[in-house]
Amino acid sequence: MSLEVLGISVLWLFLFGYVIVGSIDYGAGFFNAQSIITGKQHILSKIIQRYLSPVWEVTNVFFVFFFVGIVGFFPQSAYYFGTILLIPGSIALVLLAIRGSYYAFESYGARGHKGYAFMYGASGLLIPASLSIVLTISEGGFVSIVNDNPVLDYAALFTSPLTWSIVALSIVAVLYISAVFLTWYAYKTGDTKATDLMRKYALGWALPLIITASGIVYELSSHNEAHFERIMDLWWMFALSFILWFATVWLIWKRRNYGMAFWLLVGQFAMAFFAYGVSHYPYLLYPHLTIYEGFTNTAMAISLVFVFILGLALLLPSLYLLLRLFLFDKNYVQGIKNKKE
Amino acid sequence: MLFDDPVFASRLLTLLTLSFHIIYATIGVGVPLMIMIAQWVGIKKNDMHYMLMARRWAKGFVVTVAVGVVTGTAIGLQLSLLWPNFMELAGNIIALPLFMEVFAFFFEAIFLGIYLYTWDRFDNPRKHLLLLIPVALGGGMSAVFITIVNAFMNAPAGFDIMNGQLVNANPIAAMFTAAMPTKVSHVLATAYMTVAFMLAAIAAFRLLKGSKHEYHKKALFMTMKIGLIFSIATVLIGDLSGKYLAEYQPEKLAAAEWHFETEEAAPLILYGMLDENQEVNYALQIPFGLSILAHGYPNAEVIGLDQFPAEEQPPLIIHYYFDLMVTIGMFMLALSFVYWVGAKRGWSFVKTAWYRSLIVLGGPLSFLGIEAGWWMAEVGRQPWILRGIMTVDQAATSSDYVGHMFILFVGLYFVLGVGTVVVLRRMFKNDPIEKALAKQQGGDSE
Repeated sequence: MSLEVLGISVLWLFLFGYVIVGSIDYGAGFFNAQSIITGKQHILSKIIQRYLSPVWEVTNVFFVFFFVGIVGFFPQSAYYFGTILLIPGSIALVLLAIRGSYYAFESYGARGHKGYAFMYGASGLLIPASLSIVLTISEGGFVSIVNDNPVLDYAALFTSPLTWSIVALSIVAVLYISAVFLTWYAYKTGDTKATDLMRKYALGWALPLIITASGIVYELSSHNEAHFERIMDLWWMFALSFILWFATVWLIWKRRNYGMAFWLLVGQFAMAFFAYGVSHYPYLLYPHLTIYEGFTNTAMAISLVFVFILGLALLLPSLYLLLRLFLFDKNYVQGIKNKKE
Repeated sequence: MLFDDPVFASRLLTLLTLSFHIIYATIGVGVPLMIMIAQWVGIKKNDMHYMLMARRWAKGFVVTVAVGVVTGTAIGLQLSLLWPNFMELAGNIIALPLFMEVFAFFFEAIFLGIYLYTWDRFDNPRKHLLLLIPVALGGGMSAVFITIVNAFMNAPAGFDIMNGQLVNANPIAAMFTAAMPTKVSHVLATAYMTVAFMLAAIAAFRLLKGSKHEYHKKALFMTMKIGLIFSIATVLIGDLSGKYLAEYQPEKLAAAEWHFETEEAAPLILYGMLDENQEVNYALQIPFGLSILAHGYPNAEVIGLDQFPAEEQPPLIIHYYFDLMVTIGMFMLALSFVYWVGAKRGWSFVKTAWYRSLIVLGGPLSFLGIEAGWWMAEVGRQPWILRGIMTVDQAATSSDYVGHMFILFVGLYFVLGVGTVVVLRRMFKNDPIEKALAKQQGGDSE
């Protein structure tokens, strides 16, 4: 495997990590708001708080890791994407900032404020939407080079059906991933009411997920034919992803083994996410930038990989400890001997 | 100008984000160490007050960490959004410490989460104390790595430029630049110093407000002592920083000192005003001061601004930032030293209201000192973004609307700043130490 491919694979893996943990987080905010508005707060809020408290900060690091890593491995991407993304990037930053600080403010200052909870929920849907625009742009057709500088065509971007298909998919995926995870988490707390509610949400969002995902493939067939053909070459990965989706839904439908259902969901998204990534190869920004043109020098690449391995050796045991203490600790999830601080 | 010129607007927005972020970043670096010390003293002395101190500081810390994380994310992404040409070049050489910073931050985030939510889960408080070591270490290391990046911008090394192409990149050499040792140690020492004085100011404020509780007296004495130690370190390292500047960045030192002509036995100019003819008025001159600061002996020759073409000279305004930083540093050193001696010898005036008011003032002053120091360091390397290699004009984004984004972020930081103050006030106003202690002793640990 060349260093370029290794680099992009590592980054893609971290982006996938962010998609999963971020979705759980964003969706949880939305369901929290929804439960307040529909008067079912007493069922969900405690469970959501208990999960979010120790992990919200870690979620954010996955995102930082991705954008620092891509500038490190592919410095030219900073030039192209940095120049283009000023406005969508800034808006996403403001939303992330409001959301991140809000969590701490709310849990320590003004617990239970309805307006805040609503904003928190709404931002959970707006952030994935604003970030997913990058995926649209990288498909090509929205960026032209004027006076040696890349310029983004906003009118074309916002009138393209592809943009809105990707936005729709990102929102639906957030809600589906989050609902499946929270079903499992609620089940572990032994709270049947919360489990039933989350199960209903999970099943409700399962079908829209497949519809929006198929919509994108359809849009691509007319927007970027080369990419569409590469996707068709990888049809078996998408088929496998579909089977995993089906298995998840089936387990949840049958109220069986929610833990397994969640891991099948992770597998489903991993398949689709990596198939999409592979089919996009070798372009970072079609057709201006490939991973080979944009790659850093060999000395930097080797030292980054080296640091990355050392970093993982530090992080994986720590993450494992975090999960052990909170996610997989029976007493903690059931709220025993853990007074709220 | 703000809405027409992306270079100017990018500079302003970066200034805004960093000035706001370093308040929280400084707290983020310093507070974990203070919590660690308090908890350690508490275990050693078996004194509940110190344990409670650690806990209350940690509670407030979470709020500032949240804002620090989001503003840190903002500046991290803004580097690429506002300075794409710089990041494209620098990414090739300086990405390594940036990458390592994220790991340090990751490490800190994980253990902070564990620390905050396991107060009641360990029977042995020593085990809980152990969790703070990675938090303090992660906080300190992320400051080290990000300052390494900044040191590189001041003294680029570890690569060659041939025909406009970057060759022979050496990521390790780029990390260990000439500017790195003084910068990193100065940043760490001032962060610990500032946070100690911030916590001292809180304790002094409570005492001023009429609380007579032992808890605040213990907190005040401990934090003033820590502050004293780190302000001594700061002054020593500051002196080394002056010598570094004289050797490697003489134009910054010359601009900061209004040292226009190269000469021997150069005096140090403190304060003063510059009129339109570039004449210095009302200044206090310390003979030989600058030569000693720059080279360690009174007759040394110090390079003046005359050695640099006009377009490479830093703005002369940095003299005021330098004065502000040094004055505050010296004032805090004196204040904490007198307090420490006074407390040991039983001088009563250190317990009076006016002395405590000075300590309260010392908290915000220390933060102002941090800001002034960064402004001096950053404005002082104008017009360069990479000294000697790339100017800020060449580095800035070519896209429009940077000025509008500036307005957007002013709004954001306003909300975050007000939010922090409101939440922290509400948190501690409704829960004074007397109440918290009563709860603790009543067997109910919240």
